[in-house]
This record gives sequence, structure tokens and C-alpha cells, in this order.
Amino acid sequence: MDTVIHTDKLTKRFGDFIAANEITFDVYRGEIFGFLGANGAGKTTAMRMLCGLSKPSSGTATIAGFDIYKQTEEIKKNIGYMSQKFSLYEDLTILENIRFFGGIYGLSDKQLKEKSEQLIGTLGMECEAKKMVGALPLGWKQKLSFSVAILHEPKIVFLDEPTGGVDPVTRRQFWDLIYEAADSGITVFVTTHYMDEAEYCNRISMMVDGEIKALDTPAKLKQEYAVTSMDEVFYRLARGAKRSE
Amino acid sequence: MKDVILNNISKTYNKGIVQAVNAVSFHVDKGELFGLIGPDGAGKTSIFRILTTLLLPNGGTASVNGFDVVKDYKTIRKNVGYMPGRFSLYQDLSVQENLNFFASIFNTSVKENYDLIKDIYIQLEPFKDRRAGKLSGGMKQKLALCCALIHRPTILFLDEPTTGVDVVSRKEFWEMLKRLKQQGITILVSTPYMDEATLCERIALIQDGRIMSIDTPENIIGKFSESLFAVKSDNMGSLLQDLKNTGIIKSCNAFGAYHHVTFKDNNQNMNEKLIRVLEEKQHTNIELRPITPTIEDCFIKLMED
Amino acid sequence: MMDNISTFIKKEFLHVFRDRKTLLMLFGLPIVQIILFGFALTNEITNAKIVVCDYAKDDASQQIIGKLQASQQFDIQRILLNHKQIETAFKDGEIKMAVVFPANFNSDLLHQHKAQVQLITDASDPNTATAISGYANQIVMDYQNELMQLQRVPYQINTEVRMLYNPELKAAVNFVPGVMSLILLLVCVLMTSVAIVKEKETGTMEVLLVSPFSPFLIIVSKAMPYLALSLINLTIILLLSVLVLGMPINGSILLLYAVSTLFIITALSLGLLISNRTASQQSAMLISLMGMLVPSILFTGFMFPLENMPYPLQLVSHIIPAKWYYIIVKSVMVKGLGFSAIWKETLVLLTMTMLLLVVNIKTFKIRLT
Repeated sequence: MDTVIHTDKLTKRFGDFIAANEITFDVYRGEIFGFLGANGAGKTTAMRMLCGLSKPSSGTATIAGFDIYKQTEEIKKNIGYMSQKFSLYEDLTILENIRFFGGIYGLSDKQLKEKSEQLIGTLGMECEAKKMVGALPLGWKQKLSFSVAILHEPKIVFLDEPTGGVDPVTRRQFWDLIYEAADSGITVFVTTHYMDEAEYCNRISMMVDGEIKALDTPAKLKQEYAVTSMDEVFYRLARGAKRSE
Repeated sequence: MKDVILNNISKTYNKGIVQAVNAVSFHVDKGELFGLIGPDGAGKTSIFRILTTLLLPNGGTASVNGFDVVKDYKTIRKNVGYMPGRFSLYQDLSVQENLNFFASIFNTSVKENYDLIKDIYIQLEPFKDRRAGKLSGGMKQKLALCCALIHRPTILFLDEPTTGVDVVSRKEFWEMLKRLKQQGITILVSTPYMDEATLCERIALIQDGRIMSIDTPENIIGKFSESLFAVKSDNMGSLLQDLKNTGIIKSCNAFGAYHHVTFKDNNQNMNEKLIRVLEEKQHTNIELRPITPTIEDCFIKLMED
Repeated sequence: MMDNISTFIKKEFLHVFRDRKTLLMLFGLPIVQIILFGFALTNEITNAKIVVCDYAKDDASQQIIGKLQASQQFDIQRILLNHKQIETAFKDGEIKMAVVFPANFNSDLLHQHKAQVQLITDASDPNTATAISGYANQIVMDYQNELMQLQRVPYQINTEVRMLYNPELKAAVNFVPGVMSLILLLVCVLMTSVAIVKEKETGTMEVLLVSPFSPFLIIVSKAMPYLALSLINLTIILLLSVLVLGMPINGSILLLYAVSTLFIITALSLGLLISNRTASQQSAMLISLMGMLVPSILFTGFMFPLENMPYPLQLVSHIIPAKWYYIIVKSVMVKGLGFSAIWKETLVLLTMTMLLLVVNIKTFKIRLT
């Protein structure tokens, strides 16, 4: 299996505070990797390091084969990112957003045209293509935002609570998009507060107090803790957390 | 006795272009724990703001404690507790300073109503000199609840108190609400998390500004007219596609470790037929069993109807 | 009720004192401005190059020229024969001042007991220009006094100072009142509007509105600390200008504080008006800066002389509160005039404040929009 994310004792300190403590894990190509943890467990810090936005205090990591210290520019070219806070321009139309984000990743005009037609077709947004993004329902925005994040066919896409507050039907459509992306070989690295979504992941890691306390498939985790839902696994692990944000 | 009554309440924004709340009517009984369940943009916050006298409705009437939300706003403001969607605290003030401040603007003191918040405040006490901005999500949520309770309100309005908070803190929070209910406080709470619905006495499922259903969680589940099954196999991704293509499935949704399905024809042999079809498609370790619907199943069904 | 207002005000002070950046801007800005200006002013002047144009060529003019030459401050380059050469000398940048004695200087002095000396300075460097003409004036006065002691006749030599290139002469007398009006505006408009809008942004305003605390009092309580801080700031500026710049307060201090308080209230009402109409801190800041501060700098008159502006712009300046305050401060502080001299300007300010307050109360929102 191709390893697309490899970290070894990755650590981030803020003064005396260790936000992420010796995180070690691998994520494989085409995998949907759930990155879970309580508030303040260090998820955001870890994710920022992996995206090349924050320099680790110690440890090593390679993202899509690039070194996290020296090759942050290459890393950025090979990853996509989407957060719960909607990341498209509300005052641009759907088409304009697609062209803009495709453009900054260096897609040619021809590619852009093809891609945007294809994307709008898949999402069924033909009638809305020339509407301002601000006027779309939240679920649509999130789906669009995800599609734009993988427009440049990145090796990995990082999703930070992508479905927060989205209605149950759209939430499932969103996960259809995630499966599709994973099938095409894009590795999906996702955080969520919905425990049913944790089940959709191939593997789950659980962060507690800056450390990865568990890492396995949902089925094995449930087996290990002798419980029936991921909810309970989470509760078992996070209940002992000492740290607050 | 009804503590909150809404009668055909409507609210539009942008000069009528956006219909946030569409002729919503419901009531909350005294001492009840009532949940408004729906995704972002369903109109929950608008309803809360109308009831807390922060917004004027475009149509309909509403009353809180028997007082009209438009005319008697001053009286209502004295009697209700409100926790807006974002934890509205002063980030640069300490836990204690926040609490004292909110007590003071409600013409009371922390001491006077300490018994009401004691259970919650004890958990905050070790951090009482810490700035609110430096607290964890769960702690902020507890402090915001203390601040909303400090004047012993008759009705508590909690707008998405558990959004963005982890599972552990969410569980604790609902425990707190149960204890508050025992003290006789009427609680109106909203949440986008469907699994929290069963923790309320009665719920309203809301989508696109309309109420889809109002009842006790048990009754809403009881109204789910079809037989629901959970299906599982070794390849969940392709299972979902294959299920949709069988021709005998009416609805099919991913639900964590299982997919939930209903049949077009609620006939017993359908189970065996489905297993046969799936085996033909090379699925292994197929598991199929009838289940009780969750509120989320009901919500999806109501949305699709 | 008083109890919770005081808690509110206390909370407001906590916000200010816990935000180091605001605090630094609040008290650092006036200090830095005054001290920087102070340094620019106290530059000691030695051997300033000057020229003399002596049409008189008599005893008196020769004696004054001798005194100028003997002083440490001046270094006479040339004695010129006519006015035209002065202009060239200035343009070549070789001199800082020209001293002109009219013909019959001595005889005027002896017979009419009155004569004139003209001091022409390059006021494009206003600080040097004021200092130089001051020194030269001193030397002429010394001569006049000597003459009077010798002959016991009330001789009077008038020095006529002409400022070339910058007739308005911006200097401390203009600068301090200018800084005062700008700092007060900055604190009251910008900081008040931002502080209120911040509560809207963080959602605390929602909680405050859903409380028995009257919305009007929320606003008053939020404005109070800034009134106090502005008065402290005013005191700092005045102390610095007296102690560092050596600029005395000629008029009544009480009157100065009274009119300043009025101006602060004007500015606070403007801040409230902005906060009432904006939803984000950025837009509040932008409107305060572009809509208030920039016009105030342009139209107050201490940076750009109003007389030289086109008439429509002069009309615009009438609606700028800072302009009226600036006139009042100059009258009281510099000219030492009393209330009778500034009642008109004060009335204008008072009317503006009343209007703003009425608009504020009428449009005040007891709900969210």
C-alpha cells in the first residue's frame, strides 16, 4: 500500500504547553481516515502541521512524499483543504469560484472549462451555475466547496468538520462525494463530531490530550472496547481527558 | 398552562426574499423540555430571537409566560434566560467576572441564586480566575449556561448549546438540563444533532422554516409507517450502490456501520429476495435485520415526502 | 439601578485595560505626537545664514546689523542693495532670513519715535522660521530698550515678520489644539463605536438586550469610560504641551475642560451613531477613520489653511465639529480669551451635539435587525 501521510513523533509545543505530543501514524492512498478527538485535544494543531501551515517543534513527517519542514510549497500543491467555515467567495457565482480556485492551482483554460462543466453536472447545479454562492443553501455550499477543494486532483484532501450543521439528507450526499473521491485515489483526511460518520471511515484515530490514544478500523475499535457504537468508543476514550483548550 | 405559544409565526429577510420562518405554530408546556430539531438554516435561531423579543415577526403572534413578544418585550426580558448560538461571553473577563456581571445586569447577585447553578458552577470553580476566552468549548458552554440561569428565569432558551462541542461535554450538558427541568424551569432547546432529540420530552422537527412534525420522540418514531431494516456486508461502499439498483428498495441511507433500507412492498419475502440479490452481486457476510427507526430516519423520511 | 450601571462601567474599564494594544494607542499616540513635535521645536539655532538689505545706511541700522553679526545665532552672508536679490537668495537656499531696513530708519526713529524693521523668513520650515524671527526680534528689542534708557524717550521699533512660502505658519500653537481634537475624536468615535459593535459581533449584545437592563443605559454605560479616558488624555496632552513644549495655557483651564467635555460628548454621539448602523468592527473602524478622522484632518484648519480652499470646501468645513473645537481651543489656550469670545462656536457645537443625540435616541434599536 502506498503511504501518503507518514508522521513520526510529530510534536508541537507552545511554550510549556504540548499541543501535539509525539504523534506517529500512517495514512494510505485512497483511504478515508477519520481524525477524531475531544475539543482541545490537539486536532487542529496536528492538522495545521500536516497542511504545512505550522512548523512542528520536533519529529518528522512526509505528506504526499514531501518533507513537512522543507517542502511546504510542494505539499500545498498536492493537497486540498476545506473547513466547516465555508471557504468559497459568497459574492462570486459558482462558475467564478470554480474558475478562480482552479486558476490558482494552475489549471489551463481548457481544463477549467471541462472541469467546471463536469463538476456542475455531477452536483446537478446547472440552473444555479451563474448564481451567487451566498444565495445557496448550506448543504449545497459544502458540497460545492468540497468539489472545488479536489478540483486540482490533489493526493490528499483535508476536511475539517465538513458537515457541521448540514441536514441529514445532504450530509449523506456529501459522504457519497467523499467515497467517490476516495475511489478515484484521493486520500481523505476528515474530522467530524457526528459519530455515525466515524463509521464511514476506513480507519479512525482518536486524540486525547495531545496524543493519539487509539488507531484502528471502527469495527476493531468497537470490539476492543466491547461496545456497539463509535459514540461509546469516543466516550470511553475522551472521558478521561484532563486538558481543556 | 402553556409557557410559550407560537401562532402562525413568519419571518422574512431581505425584504421578503428569504423566508426564514414559515407560519410556524407550536406551544411549550410549563416545566417541559422541548427540542427544536433541524439543520442550520432551518429557522431555529430566528424563532429563538422572536421569542426572546430580539426580532419582530412579519406575521403571526407569539407569547412567552402569557406576555406578547412584541408589546410586552420589557416584561419578557425580565423573566427569561437566553443562551445564543455562539457562547456569548466576554472573552477578556474571567469566569467569575462574567458571572458577576450578568448577575448584576439582571438585578441579582451570584449569592442569591447560587443553589440553582451550584452543580454546574462547581465544575468551573477551579478555573474561576481564568479568562473565558481561554476555556475549552465544554467549559465555555457551562459558563454560558450559568450566566443564563443566574437570575432564576422561568423559561430558558438555549440556541444550539451543543454545536461544536464534543460527545463527552454534550452528554454532560444534557444531564444538566435534566436536573434543571426537575427544578421546574421550562426549557426550549435547539440542536442540529438528531441523536439528541430523544433526550427531550417533545420535539419539533424543522426544515426550511417549516415544522414537519411535532410530538414526543416516541410518537414521532411510532408514526414511521414502514418497516425499516439495517443491512451490512463486507463492502459498505458498493453495497449502497447495489441496494439502490435492486429495484425493490424504496429508500436507502447510510447510517454509521449499517445502511437503513425500506422496501417498496412491505412483504416478508422481500428480505430473502434482497439477500439473494446481494449474494449474486458477490457480497459477503451479509447481515439484514429489522430495526426501530431513529429520529434521523424520521427526519429523512419527512424531508423526502 | 446605579449599582448595575457601575458594574457595567467597571466591566468596560476591564476591557480597555486588558487590551494592551488599545491601551498603547490610547495613551501612546498623544505622548509620541507631542514629544516628537517637541523635539522638532527645541532644535537650538546657531549661525543661521541671513542677508541684510539696508536702504537706510544710517547709525541705527548699522548698530542693529552689528548686534546681529555679533550674536551666536546669526551669520550675515551679504549686505544686499535691493529686494529682488532677497528672493534669489531664498530660492538658492543659502539663507534662512532677510532683514530689511527701510530708508530713513534712523530719522523716523528720532523724529517720530517710531520705525519699522522687516523680517522675512523661509517658513517652509515653520519651526526654524518662528525661532529665527523670534531671536531677531529679541535683538531689535534689546536695541530699542538701550536707546530708551539712554535718551528717556519712548522709542518704538516695530518688527514686521513676513513668512515666505507658508504664511499660515503651522507651529506648536496650532499643533497642540489640532492634536487635542484628533485624539479626542479618535478615542471617542473610533473606540466607542468599535467597542459597541464588538458586543454585537461576539453575540453578547443579544444577551444584554434580553435582560431588564435598559438598552439606552447599555449605550450610556459603554460611552462613560471613554469620556473619562478622553479627559485623562486631554490632561496628558495639556501637561506635555506645558512641560515639554513650554506652551502656556493663557485662558481659563476650567473653560478649556468645559468645552472639551462638550466636544467629547459630540464625538461620543457620533461614535454611537456609527455603531448603531454597522454590524462589524471593520466597518465601524473604516467609517470612523474615513468618515470622521480624515475629514477632520482635512477641514479642521490646522493642517491645511481653510482660507485657501475653494468656497464649497469651506462650506463643508462648517459641518466638521472638530473645526469649531479647534477654533475654541486656540482662542482659549493661545489667545487667552474668555467665554464671550467663543460663545458662537460653542453654540454651534452644542447644537450639533443635541441634533446627534436626538437622532441617536430616535433611531436607537431595542432589537436586532
